[in-house]
Amino acid sequence: MGKENGTGGTGKAGTTRNFKVWRGDESGGELTDYQIQVHEGEVVLDVIHRLQATEAPDLACRWNCKAGKCGSCSMEINGMPRLGCMTRMSTFEDTETVTITPLRTFPIIRDLVTDVSFNYEKARETPAFAPPEDLAPGEYRMQQVDVERSQEFRKCIECFLCQNTCHVVRDHEENKEAFAGPRYFIRAAELDMHPLDTKTDRKEYAQASQGLGFCNITKCCTEVCPEHIKITDNAIIPMKERVVDRRYDPLVWLGSKIFRRGQSEGDQTPRDPDQLGEAHSVAGGSHDPESEGDAERGVHWNRQVPHPTAPSTDARGRLPISEFTFDRAAAPSPFGDDVTFPLPADGLNYSHPEQKD
Amino acid sequence: MTTRIERHHYDVVVIGAGGAGLRAAIEARLAGKRTAIISKSLFGKAHTVMAEGGAAAAMGNVNSRDNWQVHFRDTMRGGKFLNNFRMAELHAKESPQRIWELETYGALFDRTKDGKISQRNFGGHEYPRLAHVGDRTGLELIRTLQQKIVSLQQEDKKTHGDYEARIKVFAETTITELLLDGDRIAGAFGYYRESGEFVLFEAPAVVLATGGVGRSYKVTSNSWEYTGDGHALALRAGATLINMEFLQFHPTGMVWPVSVKGILVTESVRGDGGVLKNSEGKRFMFDYVPDVFRKQYAETEEEADRWYSDPDNNRRPPELLPRDEVARAINSEVKAGRGTPAGGVYLDIASRLPAEEVRRRLPSMYHQFKELADVDITAEPMEVGPTCHYVMGGVEVDPDSGAAAGHVQGLFAAGEVSGGMHGSNRLGGNSLSDLLVFGKRAGEHASAYAEGLGGRPKVSAPDVEAAVDRALAPLEREGGENPYTLQQDLQAVMGDLVGIIRRKGELEESLVKLAELRDRVTRVAVAGGRRYNPGWHLALDLRNMLVVSECTARAALEREESRGGHTREDFPTMAPTWRTVNLVCSLDGDKVRLEHKPLPRIRAELIQLFERTELSKYLTDEELADFDALTGDAHAEEAAK
Repeated sequence: MGKENGTGGTGKAGTTRNFKVWRGDESGGELTDYQIQVHEGEVVLDVIHRLQATEAPDLACRWNCKAGKCGSCSMEINGMPRLGCMTRMSTFEDTETVTITPLRTFPIIRDLVTDVSFNYEKARETPAFAPPEDLAPGEYRMQQVDVERSQEFRKCIECFLCQNTCHVVRDHEENKEAFAGPRYFIRAAELDMHPLDTKTDRKEYAQASQGLGFCNITKCCTEVCPEHIKITDNAIIPMKERVVDRRYDPLVWLGSKIFRRGQSEGDQTPRDPDQLGEAHSVAGGSHDPESEGDAERGVHWNRQVPHPTAPSTDARGRLPISEFTFDRAAAPSPFGDDVTFPLPADGLNYSHPEQKD
Repeated sequence: MTTRIERHHYDVVVIGAGGAGLRAAIEARLAGKRTAIISKSLFGKAHTVMAEGGAAAAMGNVNSRDNWQVHFRDTMRGGKFLNNFRMAELHAKESPQRIWELETYGALFDRTKDGKISQRNFGGHEYPRLAHVGDRTGLELIRTLQQKIVSLQQEDKKTHGDYEARIKVFAETTITELLLDGDRIAGAFGYYRESGEFVLFEAPAVVLATGGVGRSYKVTSNSWEYTGDGHALALRAGATLINMEFLQFHPTGMVWPVSVKGILVTESVRGDGGVLKNSEGKRFMFDYVPDVFRKQYAETEEEADRWYSDPDNNRRPPELLPRDEVARAINSEVKAGRGTPAGGVYLDIASRLPAEEVRRRLPSMYHQFKELADVDITAEPMEVGPTCHYVMGGVEVDPDSGAAAGHVQGLFAAGEVSGGMHGSNRLGGNSLSDLLVFGKRAGEHASAYAEGLGGRPKVSAPDVEAAVDRALAPLEREGGENPYTLQQDLQAVMGDLVGIIRRKGELEESLVKLAELRDRVTRVAVAGGRRYNPGWHLALDLRNMLVVSECTARAALEREESRGGHTREDFPTMAPTWRTVNLVCSLDGDKVRLEHKPLPRIRAELIQLFERTELSKYLTDEELADFDALTGDAHAEEAAK
């Protein structure tokens, strides 16, 4: 494990720097002080290797490629989730004490090594690529521009820093069951954007089963990503928007456009239609006969929703004052006046997320 | 003492979770076998992720003239005709299918304009042939195979109610011994890194896919896992290793700063105008152009510099000589005392191209060094030197099935741990396709072997006890040798004495030093407990590194010629008689035994793919006479028609 330790090999003198490294296991532990020689051009992982080769041969720490490509040496350095191999010592002051601790979101195994099996469980729950059945190997044709969107997410080195930093699960053990985390949102987005994937409900699945709704777009995951994947902007937000657009009503979609970021659109729980429905429960529609027809037939969760259009106006160019002319008090039902609740269950185009087929 | 040992029963155990291991495991599971994957690190972290260039496969997407015969020819040339021809043939024929298959698993390669998989040019390949995803093809390959395994697990969950019903990944698990029943594989013994608990796999078939040996070298691009485990396990189980003298050193690995030591600087830095200079500022490559290349390479700096803009009317700069020549030249400069303080030479692109241009042409190089080491390659020269990159040698296998030679049954090998495919030198891009082609074959044949076996071989209890004792010994010993010191000493011996340029005296000295180290390794002691203790893990790996290093040193001393990844200063040329010989290592007790074994004869229709003039550089006179007889017959036949 310890490689070229001890000697810098160049004659350039090192300086002694102060480190605090968390040592311990699941029963507890503490920050231990070390004074370690640091040479020019070294990264934190080099320092850990030197520590292993000298004072602390049993210091547990994962690493593999030492080139920022495998995502093994994830740790928290002065509280920031980072890769040890990509954190240069030159970014700290000579007198600064560097504190190295294990990832906080996952259970401790020993020292800097944590049990990251949470991530592998979530990976297994994410539906795999569904290949087109009518194409034989070698017949796949895709345009570069179409594969690039998914390729961005496939850059992921699975360092799990995004999972570690996400406040939905960081210090919230109770959310882990229902929440897959940013790594698996980009996996879902990647497959959703895959030109030849035949599974069509990736977004709905992300919302219903991966806990996409827990995310309130604080962008912490994007900030810590060593591959600079735009997790929030390019994966989570598009997934959320289109989940909303398919599941609900065109006006909600419009609302989500207007109340974009930091608002409570679709980000608490999958039960949002109540909240959102209230805010937008005005009569009116898209003036698209087909979708109006759909609407009249009842709730179709999975129907493709047409783009919203402007409401029709009267001869003077004004909106009709429907409340005055309407035959009932209060606002009309957003579901259409001929729909009564509860709907007959066998008429619903909806399957409960818990029921696997 | 009593030790708890977890027991598992599988049909096929795959040791190694890189490209070859995962592909083998997929095949074994598809064949209906209960399959275990043993991964030394976390699932998906294997060294395969480091491969940048691409996977070579003659799909002909970019140039339709490409086909398997051309790929076969390139591979044989690259390996200086020492390749196992059958492996090179299978590899060239099957790699397109293996790549296309990856697309059905969800891989997203870069595309051509008409939507096919794009292919790029690479050294030694006649046509653009490497399927790629930017410069992270290895990552794409690993992730794709990893996700395919997950999808198989999802299928199993549907049918059996358990993700791990038929294929399970044992992450962070190291195998220390293979267990035999007579000559047949009965299982594998190892430990969980996380807990230090022991685990025993009872299985009739084992596929080795453990990768290479680079961690025995001071400067290497390889990760810590590359300690030659599979090579050593195979030897101890009675299998044989071939071609262990052939190691590929990449000529330009970073030697400074420490944080990027060993990391490769792609050849395109030189292709785009980068030049090599020694500590005196001299562009020294002009002094190292061998006679055979004299005609193709420029003799003056002026001519060399004109080549970049006008390659048709000027000869190539000598910086673009083949890898081994460049590595040798750098090595000579350093040994002559004209190296940098860190023991390399300067690779200068900063003074050759405007900063803007460097960033545009070499974006990932620029970012890699900026981020990892705060080195601005547009402002200062890089310090580079030869870095240990790949081992051509490995387990001697049956080319079709991947079954290990020697007297063991039920052992298979694929990928870097197997030998023969690449001969004396591997072409860039051929390793990723090698993983897929032979990984699949090994998985398939291991399954067939397990299927055809009457009764299950039995693990013997004393063997397991011995394995436990051996594993625990370093923890129980007090005041012994420090494993980290031992590794550094081993790296120094291999780097200094069995490095890129080899001499008889130094190789003999290395054997003496390795014997001393072997003695010291038996006294290795570690502090701490069994729970995730890297010192202990290293102590156990050292045993493997040592025996494999000894094979390399012995074979390097024996082979008195220079060929591909083996350069002897005292025998600087290729000798046709040596081309007909494989050096085979086996273990006799704990001694390494070395034997000569004739290379299989290349089939008539395959050798006829080459021109006589080319073959005359490699073949012996008798072989050439046979070739003439063949072509004579062919001409006669044609004339008769």
